[in-house]
Amino acid sequence: METLERILAEHPFFKDLSEPYLQLVTGCASNVRFEPEKFIFREGEEANQFYLIRQGRVALQIFAPDRGQITVETLEEGDILGWSWLIPPYNWHFDARVLELTRAIALDGKCLRRKCEEDHNLGYELLKRFAHIIEQRLSSTRLQVLDMYGA
Amino acid sequence: MVPDLDVSIRPGSDIAQAMVPDLYVIQKVRKETDDTFTLELQEKSGRHTLSYAPGQFNMVYVFGVGEIPISISGDPASPVLVHTTRAVGTVTRVMARLRRGDMVGLRGPFGTGWPVREARGHDVVIVAGGIGLAPLRPTLYEVLSHRDEFGKVVLLYGTRTPSDILFREELEQWRARFDLEVHVTVDRADSGWRGNVGVVTALIHKSPFDPEKTIAMVCGPEIMMRFTALEMQKRGVNSDSIYLSLERNMKCGIGLCGHCQFGLFFVCKDGPVFRYSRIKDLMVKREI
Repeated sequence: METLERILAEHPFFKDLSEPYLQLVTGCASNVRFEPEKFIFREGEEANQFYLIRQGRVALQIFAPDRGQITVETLEEGDILGWSWLIPPYNWHFDARVLELTRAIALDGKCLRRKCEEDHNLGYELLKRFAHIIEQRLSSTRLQVLDMYGA
Repeated sequence: MVPDLDVSIRPGSDIAQAMVPDLYVIQKVRKETDDTFTLELQEKSGRHTLSYAPGQFNMVYVFGVGEIPISISGDPASPVLVHTTRAVGTVTRVMARLRRGDMVGLRGPFGTGWPVREARGHDVVIVAGGIGLAPLRPTLYEVLSHRDEFGKVVLLYGTRTPSDILFREELEQWRARFDLEVHVTVDRADSGWRGNVGVVTALIHKSPFDPEKTIAMVCGPEIMMRFTALEMQKRGVNSDSIYLSLERNMKCGIGLCGHCQFGLFFVCKDGPVFRYSRIKDLMVKREI
């Protein structure tokens, strides 16, 4: 049977994380499932989790009164959803809407924040990993903003 | 004393011949998206068919308006000559108004093609952005018609919005195949779109190919190609195995006029398809 610890250990995000830290992270993890059209979180709500998507597809959306719901990015199997749990004031900046039945591992951000404050080495390990994701998303966003396919 | 140079072009010579357009009749016009369209052409006498390699282009002349380079977007095995382009300039805007039975002038095919033969035995990753899918479509036709000779075949395609997706029906047919991996993404979408949103380069790290035995063929806006090549290299694909199709101001098509000079190269003759390792240093030089 696949344990949460094993799933986390095999995920690229946690690659090379030491065994004790992996156990610590596993203590903050749980399996979750979201039905299509449900919101995993909404803009402005408190951000106290992040998710490792195992299956399905989630759209990050923002609402504009004159344009309706706009999708800025979709995330799927293998992707990490959410980093607002890491940055004060810990509120979501987008809506996360489920497009296809999604199974994920939810990690309790409040619990992890506390553990990172207690052990800064763990905090640094997690920050390095999130910095990589944030860098990738920033690069993608810059390309989107460039509107490369415009005339 | 500097000797006189004989730059005259004799009638009937190869060069002179290459500058004379043949007459082609439009058999069909198909609107692909709001600003792109496809022309199906046949040589006026109906006796000649043009053989070409995927990735090559023709100079298409709208009489009285001008001549422009357009990549060939059809099946190399078909006798019908197909061009897909976007109505963005003086010539293409008039071209978009042409109808069945109208005539155009055509010179070609010119330039280098995609390395389809070299890709045999390899995984093939095709990355297209926007109208860049058009010059890559002949490659897909050729690869799929000899499917057993290639490893994994992956098509990654990015556009601005869902309404800008080219060859939509064909993409659906390709997506239904078990021997072809197709991923389409758009830069932005409203909530009606159920597919991927994000840049095409973000699809590369998730795609199932073996970087050590991959040939990548990339066509799209130059920024997109540069970032695609970087992502490919991050995945472990060698810069010698990445091919890009460049676009420059091409006029003669035979490396004579110099309009499309790109460093040491003429894009019309030495390209448009280049090995990335040959041009990567030139691509970041603003003065070129």
